[in-house]
Amino acid sequence: MSINRRQFLGLGGAAVAATALAPGLQLIELAQARSPEEAASSLHRWGLLIDSGKCADGCTACVSACAEENGLQSHGRPATDPQWIRKVTLKDKHTGYVQNLPLMCQHCEEPPCVDVCPTGASFKRADGIVLVDKHICIGCRYCMMACPYQARSFVHEVTTGQKAHAPRGKGTVESCTLCVHKVDRGDGSTACADACKKDGHGAILFGDLKDPNSTISKRLAAQASTQLRADLKLNTGVRYQGL
Amino acid sequence: MKRPFLALCTVLTLLSSAAYAGDDKMSARAPVPVFRINTDKGDKCVEPEDVMRRDHMKFILHQRDKTMHEGIRTTRHSLKNCIDCHADSKTGSVLGKEGFCESCHAYASVKIDCFECHSSVRETSAAKSNAGAPLSSVRAPNAASKNAGVPVKGKKP
Repeated sequence: MSINRRQFLGLGGAAVAATALAPGLQLIELAQARSPEEAASSLHRWGLLIDSGKCADGCTACVSACAEENGLQSHGRPATDPQWIRKVTLKDKHTGYVQNLPLMCQHCEEPPCVDVCPTGASFKRADGIVLVDKHICIGCRYCMMACPYQARSFVHEVTTGQKAHAPRGKGTVESCTLCVHKVDRGDGSTACADACKKDGHGAILFGDLKDPNSTISKRLAAQASTQLRADLKLNTGVRYQGL
Repeated sequence: MKRPFLALCTVLTLLSSAAYAGDDKMSARAPVPVFRINTDKGDKCVEPEDVMRRDHMKFILHQRDKTMHEGIRTTRHSLKNCIDCHADSKTGSVLGKEGFCESCHAYASVKIDCFECHSSVRETSAAKSNAGAPLSSVRAPNAASKNAGVPVKGKKP
C-alpha cells in the first residue's frame, strides 16, 4: 500500500486528535467498529431495552424480521417450528388492561442454560451474548428446561435455505443470538430493533450496557426498568419498561 | 496459462490413481473427483495447494472455534470464504456431483457434516433460492435481506 503526503498528514492529524480526545470517546469508536481479527471483549455488554408501551398490538414485525435475518423457516407445525422471538400478551384480569411485549433470550449474566449444559455447547461470550455452539451441542435439551423464559428452540427437522451467517441444523438447540453477526460487523443494531424502528414503533433499543455514554445506558439510568423474573438474580441483558 | 495446466496435472494424477484400482469397468463405477477450480476470483488459494490438500480441515476447525467463541471473523480460513471462491459457477454450490467439496470427499470416502448446518451455496445465490415457506411470508422481505450482499462500508474483509 502506498500513501501520499496528504494522506500521511491526514493520518497524523487524526492520531493527534484521537489522543487529545477523552479515552471514553475512543471506546465508543471501538464499539462501533471492531476489526475482524479482534476478539469480543468484556469491555462491552450488549443488551436490549424494550418499551412495552410502544409495542403495538398485533404487530409481528420483529418476529418476521428475525426469521428473515436468520433464515428460520416454518414447516406449518407451530408446536415444533423454531422460535427465537415471540410476542407475549399480558392481560390484567382485574382491570382488563392489555400489554404486549416481545420475548427472546434474555442474555443473562448468570445464564442457567450454561450451568446445565453437559458438553459446554451453551456458553456466554465475553461481551455477554449467550450462544449455542452447535458443533458441540448434542441436542439433550437440558438448557431448554433450565431457561425460565422458554427462549430456546430445538431444531426438529432437516434445515434448508440457511443463511451463511446463521448456520442451523437438525438435532441442535438454538435461540436468539442478539444478531451476533451484526454485532461483530459493527452494525450497532439487531434485525428486530431495525424492523420495529422501521414500522414506526421504536420499542426495541440495542446498545452497550457497559458504556455509560450509550443511549441504552442513559435511558436505563434515567428511567425505571425491570428484568423479567428479577427474583432469579440472573441479571438479564434484556430489560423492559412499562411493565 | 500456468493454472489450467496445473489443474489438468492434478486431475490426471487423480485419474491415474483411480485407474490403478482396477480395470475400465471399475473406474467407471468408482467415483472420481471431477470438480473444476474457479479462477474468476484470483488464481491463488489462501495457502499453498499441497498444504490445503492435507490440512484444510485443520484450518477450518481452528477458525470455527475462534469465530464461534471469540467472535473473530477473519475471512482467510473461514468456511464462508472457501464457499465464496470454490462454489460451482453453474450451481453456485460446493455440493453436487461436480461440487468442489463433494466430488473429492466422495472419492476419498470421507463424509462431510459441515453442510447439514452450513449453507453450501454462495451467499448471493443463497438469498435468491430461499426455498420453502419463510416465517415472514406474511410480510414483505425487509431491508436486511436486500442489503445482504452489499459490502459494509469502512470495513476490510
